Amino acid sequence: MVDLSVDLGFLKLKNPVLAASGTFGYGLEFKPFYDLELLGGFVVKGLYLKPREGNRPPRLVETPSGLINSIGLQGIGVEAFCREVLPQLAGLKTAVMVNVCGEEEDEYARVAEYLGRHQGIAALELNISCPNVREGGRCPAQSPESTYRTVKKVKQATSLPLITKLSPNVTDITAVARAAEEAGTEAVSLINTLLAMAIDLETRKPKLGNVMGGLSGPAIKPIALRMVFQVARAVKVPVIGMGGIFSAADALEFMMAGAAAVQVGTANFVDPDACLKIIRGLQDWAENHGIERISEVTGSLQL
Amino acid sequence: MVIDRQARLVAVESWDDYFLFTLESPQIACQARPGQFLMIRVSETSQPLLRRPISLHQAQGPHVQIFFQVAGEGTRLLSMKKTGQQLDILGPLGNGFTIRPELRGNEVFCVGGGRGIAPLYYLARELRASGARPIIFYGGRSGTDLPLKDRLRADGFEVLISTDDGSIGSPGFVTSLVEAELKKRRPAYLYACGPVPMMEKLAEICRLENLKAEFSLESMMGCGFGACWGCVKKIRRNDQEKYLKVCQDGPVFSLEEVVWQESEHG
Repeated sequence: MVDLSVDLGFLKLKNPVLAASGTFGYGLEFKPFYDLELLGGFVVKGLYLKPREGNRPPRLVETPSGLINSIGLQGIGVEAFCREVLPQLAGLKTAVMVNVCGEEEDEYARVAEYLGRHQGIAALELNISCPNVREGGRCPAQSPESTYRTVKKVKQATSLPLITKLSPNVTDITAVARAAEEAGTEAVSLINTLLAMAIDLETRKPKLGNVMGGLSGPAIKPIALRMVFQVARAVKVPVIGMGGIFSAADALEFMMAGAAAVQVGTANFVDPDACLKIIRGLQDWAENHGIERISEVTGSLQL
Repeated sequence: MVIDRQARLVAVESWDDYFLFTLESPQIACQARPGQFLMIRVSETSQPLLRRPISLHQAQGPHVQIFFQVAGEGTRLLSMKKTGQQLDILGPLGNGFTIRPELRGNEVFCVGGGRGIAPLYYLARELRASGARPIIFYGGRSGTDLPLKDRLRADGFEVLISTDDGSIGSPGFVTSLVEAELKKRRPAYLYACGPVPMMEKLAEICRLENLKAEFSLESMMGCGFGACWGCVKKIRRNDQEKYLKVCQDGPVFSLEEVVWQESEHG
């Protein structure tokens, strides 16, 4: 029997597969498909202090092996989440994580503080990397300085463990990862989507209502893998890898590159039970390779 | 809502770029209602990546039917599936049309434009079973866009036809045919599915005539079950306009709810 558990230091996971924020709703949407307790954990959709309308449609466009979205973090806000959704998740024997958003540093801290007063949350994921909510796709994760400031401020506001989600839309992602680490984040997760666009030839208009959006799916996997590899060598905190993971083989590549755990995102849309298939695939692969603990795979890349 | 990865394609009929598939999926068939849809995997590769939302055309015994038009790469791949193949389908999804008991004994208009006829045949059958008297309006650009007309008539429905080019039926838009018919009789309810300009015009007519109505909207979807917030449209509920999910809050919305703003979708 393979030991699939993973110890992030601040959090023990029953397996290294997490469902990624923005692709897993508030978790409840997936209850009809499987027992959520089979997951290592899941990260619910990003929350602001108040409900948020999101961007104007169209919000989705498919590109080769990829999906560009410009949802714009539409959501119910942290109060409604804690009142209506969290009680339905709190008893689950899996790591329930919440993705934290903010217009500015102060709002991130206030959302984190609010969530910190509630039971049933294993960790917060700090969303400083959404390309869909600020002019020109900008986000705090695009500079080490604003990353440091935001992480620091949120750390002061809550005692919950913090996973800082990084943007690939930067020149040097390792500099941003180190800034998050210096500010005290317990882990980093990467990558968020790549700023992207698509154009309709006939109308000569952008295919997305918001002009630009974030690219996800298999198309971005090689870039994500490279960034996970770079960041894992640059920081000591655990790295949670994501970006186009659709199979156990994809997940294993990220782990070999240095990821302690992985997040599965866009695959959840295509196959609602994608995470389960990946967990089973990791189990099978480890058995076939005589590996007793899946955590042995992390950073096992041979250079 | 189930994932059926072994829905066997038992029959394929086609007319130019319109296709009628019969799939064996007892679990989905027994849960389905008119106005609901399936999310269908059209490729085993990542190209295209997403499932395609396809309206249910019928559910009977262990079988479900879908009627679709090839409109892009996804539906083109779907149209190439062969009898005997197994399809990966997710459904039934969404809220269907409401079938109100008070419609019993009353005439009801079901207005379909082109491929929009897909959910209306299913609806009309259920309406008839509930004691209502559905009249099907079926419009298209040309006669070739109305492949189901004989079948609908053979099933005993009153079917009024229109074509933009006047090749068969009444010449002009189906909305004009509805207007003309409204001068002769007044239905208790109107259901519609089709191109947005058609439905928007029908909404205008319904408001003028003080008719209750429901519309089935189409949208690009990421997941089909409420997880991605990708398919939203502006909907008016409780005096507020909000982006609601077509997949989960719809795809059927009432006359009062739909905020027509297709300019957004240029």
